[in-house]
Amino acid sequence: MVVPSLKLQDLIEEIRGAKTQAQEREVIQKECAHIRASFRDGDPVHRHRQLAKLLYVHMLGYPAHFGQMECLKLIASSRFTDKRVGYLGAMLLLDERHDAHLLITNSIKNDLSQGIQPVQGLALCTLSTMGSAEMCRDLAPEVEKLLLQPSPYVRKKAILTAVHMIRKVPELSSVFLPPCAQLLHERHHGILLGTITLITELCERSPAALRHFRKVVPQLVQILRTLVTMGYSTEHSISGVSDPFLQVQILRLLRILGRNHEESSETMNDLLAQVATNTDTSRNAGNAVLFETVLTIMDICSAAGLRVLAVNILGRFLLNSDRNIRYVALTSLLRLVQSDHSAVQRHRPTVVECLRETDASLSRRALELSLALVNSSNVRAMMQELQAFLESCPPDLRADCASGILLAAERFAPTKRWHIDTILHVLTTAGTHVRDDAVANLTQLIGGAQELHAYSVRRLYNALAEDISQQPLVQVAAWCIGEYGDLLLAGNCEEIEPLQVDEEEVLALLEKVLQSHMSLPATRGYALTALMKLSTRLCGDNNRIRQVVSIYGSCLDVELQQRAVEYDTLFRKYDHMRAAILEKMPLAERDGPQADEEAKESKEAAQLSEAAPVPTEPQASQLLDLLDLLDGASGDVQHPPPLDPSPGGALVHLLDLPCAPPPPAPIPDLKVFEREGVQLNLSFIRPPENPALLLITVTATNFSEGDVTHFICQAAVPKSLQLQLQAPSGNTVPARGGLPITQLFRILNPNKAPLRLKLRLTYDHFHQSVQEIFEVNNLPVESWQ
Amino acid sequence: MIKFFLMVNKQGQTRLSKYYEHVDINKRTLLETEVIKSCLSRSNEQCSFIEYKDFKLIYRQYAALFIVVGVNDTENEMAIYEFIHNFVEVLDEYFSRVEPIDEFPKICSALEPQQACFSPDSSSFKGAASTTPIY
Repeated sequence: MVVPSLKLQDLIEEIRGAKTQAQEREVIQKECAHIRASFRDGDPVHRHRQLAKLLYVHMLGYPAHFGQMECLKLIASSRFTDKRVGYLGAMLLLDERHDAHLLITNSIKNDLSQGIQPVQGLALCTLSTMGSAEMCRDLAPEVEKLLLQPSPYVRKKAILTAVHMIRKVPELSSVFLPPCAQLLHERHHGILLGTITLITELCERSPAALRHFRKVVPQLVQILRTLVTMGYSTEHSISGVSDPFLQVQILRLLRILGRNHEESSETMNDLLAQVATNTDTSRNAGNAVLFETVLTIMDICSAAGLRVLAVNILGRFLLNSDRNIRYVALTSLLRLVQSDHSAVQRHRPTVVECLRETDASLSRRALELSLALVNSSNVRAMMQELQAFLESCPPDLRADCASGILLAAERFAPTKRWHIDTILHVLTTAGTHVRDDAVANLTQLIGGAQELHAYSVRRLYNALAEDISQQPLVQVAAWCIGEYGDLLLAGNCEEIEPLQVDEEEVLALLEKVLQSHMSLPATRGYALTALMKLSTRLCGDNNRIRQVVSIYGSCLDVELQQRAVEYDTLFRKYDHMRAAILEKMPLAERDGPQADEEAKESKEAAQLSEAAPVPTEPQASQLLDLLDLLDGASGDVQHPPPLDPSPGGALVHLLDLPCAPPPPAPIPDLKVFEREGVQLNLSFIRPPENPALLLITVTATNFSEGDVTHFICQAAVPKSLQLQLQAPSGNTVPARGGLPITQLFRILNPNKAPLRLKLRLTYDHFHQSVQEIFEVNNLPVESWQ
Repeated sequence: MIKFFLMVNKQGQTRLSKYYEHVDINKRTLLETEVIKSCLSRSNEQCSFIEYKDFKLIYRQYAALFIVVGVNDTENEMAIYEFIHNFVEVLDEYFSRVEPIDEFPKICSALEPQQACFSPDSSSFKGAASTTPIY
């Protein structure tokens, strides 16, 4: 039993009737199965109907590739209804990627040469939609012949096909160039329009064609002039403008021909002025033509008066109530602003008005134009407007607005303070949308403005106290508080009202930042470093800071943990260097967006030039005694040279850990002295870049019940070695494992002589003074080899 | 250059779609839904040009039908706006109603001469409509 197939209309109604997506899919699948069966059976009568239904289904988004062969069969049939649907199917289903498309080349060729106009029309349409490069090459001669046919219908389609062919195969321009001159003389608007498009394509693709067609500029001018002055014609007029589409196309071609060419531009000047003044602008068609005219004036080498006219037209557009017109005006003004900056500046107030529009497209354009219009004279007013806009604008524009404001502020800032204020304001309103390097830029800026340190840190502190969610702001604030914490606590700054800030408050704030779940890992890093820096800036004791630092030594975040461990070590072993390392940073060079905290830190450590304090005099004389003991009768006394300014190279390595090479195998520590709970340990470091150098850190710890006070340690080495002693971290070791004393010895051993070390200790313990002199045995071989 | 031409109803169902550059079939539905969403969310006072990814959308509403044209940067938006209106007028004149739901193949073919030159060429369509026996 043969089920009669549905007509296309019925299918459409059925699909429309489906209430849900699933139902629709069901209907379509059922129908596709029928269609497939019908194709397999090869039913010639209803094939076109089936294919039509398939095309509809394809348009809705369902796969329809099994209809491709059917298109071929339909095209080859002699019935017109079949051919029509077949060609339509070919246009929709076949394209260059499928090899099947080449199969229709022959059919098209036959149809083109047959001389039946509708069929020729169909074939040309198909060719112009999906013709691939091979097809175009094969069929170019056919199309060329049809260009000269008497029937305007076919000629028009042939021209459009030629346009497509030129796009696909630019070499064919030699074939299609000669007929153009003749075609320009046509009166039929359709043909004219096609010809103009063809010439535009030719000129865009080949400079030779461009030169050739400059000759026809006068002719084009004439055509356009006729159009403009023609008056009302029923066939071509749209809302009072005669054939605006043709006018727009001619103007576009004139733009291409006149670009960078004085002579052609001159010919066009009068005409453009005429079009600009005579076009009726009450309806959209007229405005479209006017807009195209303005674009053309801007692009060619037009007279100055004409350019002023163009800008004025755009200004008038800006005041128009129709939003579409305002939109195109803003777009073109943006293009103009580079070349005619002063002319556009006159319309600045109107542009700023458009910022307040609720329409998203308009406000985006207005934002771009406003940012382009900022210059040194209007920067304050514009910034105010832009900042007001930033507060109320839709989220997708925020990032652009924020970065635009920051860029403009950088270029035109009248004073540093204004600049800092602006950036601060941007960070508080749109902090999450700023670019990553905004933080680096701001810290750079603040660092450079010495007189504003107190002001900046105070304002940042206030901002931070209110809100710790905006990450860039928090980062900058944490950095500033770390650097300039002493200024914050000093309390006197003329520019803001005085605020008494407590040390505890500052520490509490930084801890809050550290613990907040809103803080990014980078922010936490900033906060931790700031806390560390405050340990030297604040005068209270550092226990709270040390506690926090040691807690984070077991943090899960590796970066944070590393920092905490480093800082903890700084407190424990290298306390004497802490002040030097954590002092105020010198101004880092502006090396672009890669500057980051890590680089700054390593620079900081490397650039330290402050000398650790010079050792006291009395040590020298006592050392002489020691040396006598070591070397016997030796006249040569080794006077300890003055201290070298650079502190432990070892510490630089420690701080540089992520990028530094792996340290050499560590030499084991050595316990050299123990008496009643007081221990002395030596740790050795051989820095790899200086093999003659040995750094010994002496640590004195106290596990007894009584404090050790007035602790002094001295050392002596053989004559061939050089010894430098640095100041100890203190001279008291509290009881029961209190803070140990550390001291650094630098020994230069260029000849790799065997190391011998004699130590002398004096201290008070349990109200007794103790003095010990001994030579260190069991010095590890690696320490001097 | 016109990239695509869509006719969509207010519920978001595509009534007609014509692409002038190859777009994968599954990407088409995605594109259409996104485009429709951005057009439907606009109010009457807002302008008819939207920026979407790397091309511009120009849309116009006729009762329950939206006509959306996607173009690249080189087109004159207002000319395209006019073109949409022209197209609708021609359809109206030819089919004597603006809801061409059933004449799908004819409409599709009708769009060919216009878009083939990627610029409005409706005057030709008028001529074609009167002289050819096809439609």
